[in-house]
Amino acid sequence: MRMHRWLIYGSFTMLLMLLTTASPLYPQSKPLGVGRAATASEVKAWGISIAPDGRGLPEGSGTAAAGKEVYARRCSECHGDNADGGDDGPLIGGQGSLPTPKPLKTVISFWPHATTLWDYVNRSMPYDRPGMLPADQVYSVVAYVLHLGGIVGENDVMDAKTLPQVKMPNRDGFVPDPRPGVGK
Amino acid sequence: MKQHGVDTPTKKPAGSAGNASRRKFLGMGAVLGGLLTACQTTDIGEEKGPSPLGRPLRAYGERSANETSQRFMRPGKHPELGATRTPLQDSHGMITPSGLHFERHHAGIPDIDPAEHRLMIHGMVERPLIFTVEEIRRLPSVSQIHFVECAGNGGGEWGAKTAPSAELSHGLASCSEWTGVPLRLLLEEAGVKSGASWLLAEGADACHMQRSVPLDKALDDVIVAYGQNGEAIRPEQGYPLRLVVPGFEGNMNVKWLRRIKVDDTPYMTRNETSKYSELQDDGTAWIFTYPMDAKSVITYPSGGHKLNSQGAHEIRGLAWSGRGTISRVEVSTDDGGTWQDAELQEPRLPMAFTRFRIPWSWEGGDVVIQSRSTDDTGYVQPPTAALIEERGTKSVYHHNGIKAWKVNADGSVTNADA
Repeated sequence: MRMHRWLIYGSFTMLLMLLTTASPLYPQSKPLGVGRAATASEVKAWGISIAPDGRGLPEGSGTAAAGKEVYARRCSECHGDNADGGDDGPLIGGQGSLPTPKPLKTVISFWPHATTLWDYVNRSMPYDRPGMLPADQVYSVVAYVLHLGGIVGENDVMDAKTLPQVKMPNRDGFVPDPRPGVGK
Repeated sequence: MKQHGVDTPTKKPAGSAGNASRRKFLGMGAVLGGLLTACQTTDIGEEKGPSPLGRPLRAYGERSANETSQRFMRPGKHPELGATRTPLQDSHGMITPSGLHFERHHAGIPDIDPAEHRLMIHGMVERPLIFTVEEIRRLPSVSQIHFVECAGNGGGEWGAKTAPSAELSHGLASCSEWTGVPLRLLLEEAGVKSGASWLLAEGADACHMQRSVPLDKALDDVIVAYGQNGEAIRPEQGYPLRLVVPGFEGNMNVKWLRRIKVDDTPYMTRNETSKYSELQDDGTAWIFTYPMDAKSVITYPSGGHKLNSQGAHEIRGLAWSGRGTISRVEVSTDDGGTWQDAELQEPRLPMAFTRFRIPWSWEGGDVVIQSRSTDDTGYVQPPTAALIEERGTKSVYHHNGIKAWKVNADGSVTNADA
């Protein structure tokens, strides 16, 4: 019985593929009707994803001046008092080091997008209580790290509009996978 | 030496009882003479009298207490953060036992009740959907054998001094049979909108690990897996649901999968920009380097082993490619001077471990052994020097160079640059 249904769906799909002139993205089979609709509030509750163009950034704002205190409380233990050291590595410095034999990959020297820093702090930091910082504090601490790295001013307001406009020093430093090279 | 027999001095096997009791036993044997006609002391012990019963049955099996192979762990500052490595030097066949599958975690292993777990698919879809685990488990399923390999596997091999054992050089790779639902089927349930080209996958671990996956790969062969090697996926492997992205770097195989957002852009998350990109000598970095190139490693004899006798030792190893099926493995036992084809164990499957073997006889002295694999795209595993020539030494990830071991005159096995 079930097999029969699959055969019908399969034939139907093949017929569609043959007859459709404006082809869809890919040939889709008929849905099985499993799963329930996600509500808008459910999507909002889980939908923490920040695109490089800033889509997904929430309301709120912050400045480096406000972020200094957040950083001292939540970040300095692992990343050093001035974000330039600590057990878990510096967040700033290393500009100009990437082509040298001792590259220092930091947020400032290496990360291509400021939105990535916002997303990562928001989702995954602080290490022991990830996700605890409210949006204003995330904007503030991101502004503080960018300020320590010399990217934004102490009183520049970071929000959903301004943060995606921050151009990171290594924005154009990435090239798509050129492999297979050696071995092919 | 183990034997089953009641534990009396006279019935211990000769090999473990020692010469004193052996003489005592022989003396008794002489006295008792013909009464003990069947009695014989040999190197493999004796079979006599009633046998003791073995241990009772149990509901979930354990390996022999004599088998102690474990994942390699190095304690760090944060016990929830880091990696364990598969002890490939102890492995048999192509499947990694689930309990020895390598781990890489960023925020610990979440304790998830499958009855509470949900998978949401949203973004550029006609119907944003939420699935229960029970729903996913009753959908049309597939079982496929694939390796999962961390992109950082072999990261130490870029250095001047390479790893001293197979677990340290190649142990961030493991191979399992994965069972689950083709992701394509779930995406069809949601109805992918025209113009979509990427998806963002997210885990339910504390840090909500995220990776972008190209939609064409997602529609091709990606699995939302709930089974591993015949049982539910282990918690440290993503219980109750994980992505299996065949052949692509391990970090994309998002564990504890809870959300997939369909979109028209990669999200440039930390783990696909700052990490899992390869810095080149000129200061640029390669990004979206997904397939794991063809690779191989001799697992026996390998670093840390000790050959106790000359003569026959079968050379064994594992080969795999993220771009297809292993078509050839060659082995050299003369420091790369000549190469011979190894036998490849069937079935050879795409993006799975392939076991290779070749007979060998150790005649003593120092011998450097190594393997190189070829996949069905024609790609040949390169020497590390060629990789370095192309990429420098700062890539960290995607090292797939040839690995050599040195069998030393005393039978010890070390990395060739030791």
